[in-house]
Amino acid sequence: MRFLSNGALERLRDGAEVPDLAGTRYRLLDRIARGGMGVVYAAEDENLQRRVALKVLDIPGTEGDLANRLIREARVLAALEHPGIVPVHDVGTLADGRVFYTMKFVEGRRLDQYIESVASVPDRLRIFLRICDAVAFAHARGVLHRDLKPANIMIGPFGEVLVMDWGLAKILRPQVSDGASKADPEATFIGNPKQPAAAGEATELSVVTGHGTVMGTPGYMSPEQTRGDVEHLDARSDIYSLGALLGFLLTGRPEIASSSATRRLDKSLLAICAKSTAAAPADRYPNVPEMALDVSRYLDGLAVDAHRESVFEKAVRFYRRYRFFILLIAAYLAMRVLILLFMHR
Amino acid sequence: MNKVLLGLLIGAVLGAIDGGTAWFTPAVRAQLVGIIFGSTIKGLIAGVAAGIFARKVNSVPLGILFGLAVGFVLAYLVAYMQHGYYFEIILPGSIVGMIVGYATQRYGAAPAPATR
Repeated sequence: MRFLSNGALERLRDGAEVPDLAGTRYRLLDRIARGGMGVVYAAEDENLQRRVALKVLDIPGTEGDLANRLIREARVLAALEHPGIVPVHDVGTLADGRVFYTMKFVEGRRLDQYIESVASVPDRLRIFLRICDAVAFAHARGVLHRDLKPANIMIGPFGEVLVMDWGLAKILRPQVSDGASKADPEATFIGNPKQPAAAGEATELSVVTGHGTVMGTPGYMSPEQTRGDVEHLDARSDIYSLGALLGFLLTGRPEIASSSATRRLDKSLLAICAKSTAAAPADRYPNVPEMALDVSRYLDGLAVDAHRESVFEKAVRFYRRYRFFILLIAAYLAMRVLILLFMHR
Repeated sequence: MNKVLLGLLIGAVLGAIDGGTAWFTPAVRAQLVGIIFGSTIKGLIAGVAAGIFARKVNSVPLGILFGLAVGFVLAYLVAYMQHGYYFEIILPGSIVGMIVGYATQRYGAAPAPATR
């Protein structure tokens, strides 16, 4: 008796899960990625003759938690019209009964891959500010992302920054749409958060569990999210994730305290990271715009709210900010002294 | 701080310092107050001119060039009236103009857009 190899099994599974796009205006092109709920494909919208990303559920049927979750994700995305949030084009059910939605096909790189080509800290902070813009917009519309991590940020070919994967989004206020808020699947059980993830997967896999419970990605999840304290999550939980993301942008790791790269970092930046990733939500920034403002102030050479500077640090910052001007005045005074010496010879 | 006010302040401070250095020249020490006053006015004029220029033209190199030119012309006029000390007056005066030109372009705030 011969058994199928793992490769053959994989191919059979891939073949079985290929969505049936008959009756739709889409033509399947390629498989892009697999997520917790389903698979994302590249497809062509034959009416508009453009590429789209098609996210399709694994399981057929429009009822059930997973289908509700996917429809809800599409509706959340549709309501969040912002240049930093990937736009959704269509939602529906395929001939094989699986729920799908299509969104803009983003030809770019994930932040964790892209960031290797960006050496300058200010450039990295400018990318971070654009992520903050998108998240602040979502918060203003009453939506928490709950899974902010480098793998969920895409950088497009023209430098556009897009926050992706709103599958774990929580609607704080039913502003986005009535249908979306009704379908909020807080009680969905998809996996076991207590199971240790395989080596190397810990920071990549989103852990999604049922009521009372964990949703997010280890390293980027706030302590209250890790405890499964779903009812008390608010914007400050995403601020924790943004702080971890900022830590990643600065040191390559979400936990900035454990990184050896912190020695080279400015104390103000460390303080911003520390404040946003404080264990208690009350100790964090109250909202994303305030966090972004602190980062902007750092970029502008101003004092940040998160760090009380010593006189020496103030002087160093003042010198850095006005370096050229100070050197110009010093050169002028030196020239004045030289003229005096020359005159008295 | 707006560009004209910044130019005015820096021009006045640097002009005063510039005039104050006359104290090290015993021959003119008796006229020190007049020199400081004149030099401050010269710095003020250069600063305001550089500030107005910075409001019209947004370019650091052009701002420096304009400051240099204004500083040079003003310092030349002062030296001409003094009938001497050309080098000692024109060089620092031109550099003060340059510094003011740079500062107004780099650190002066652009005027807020008009709202109805």
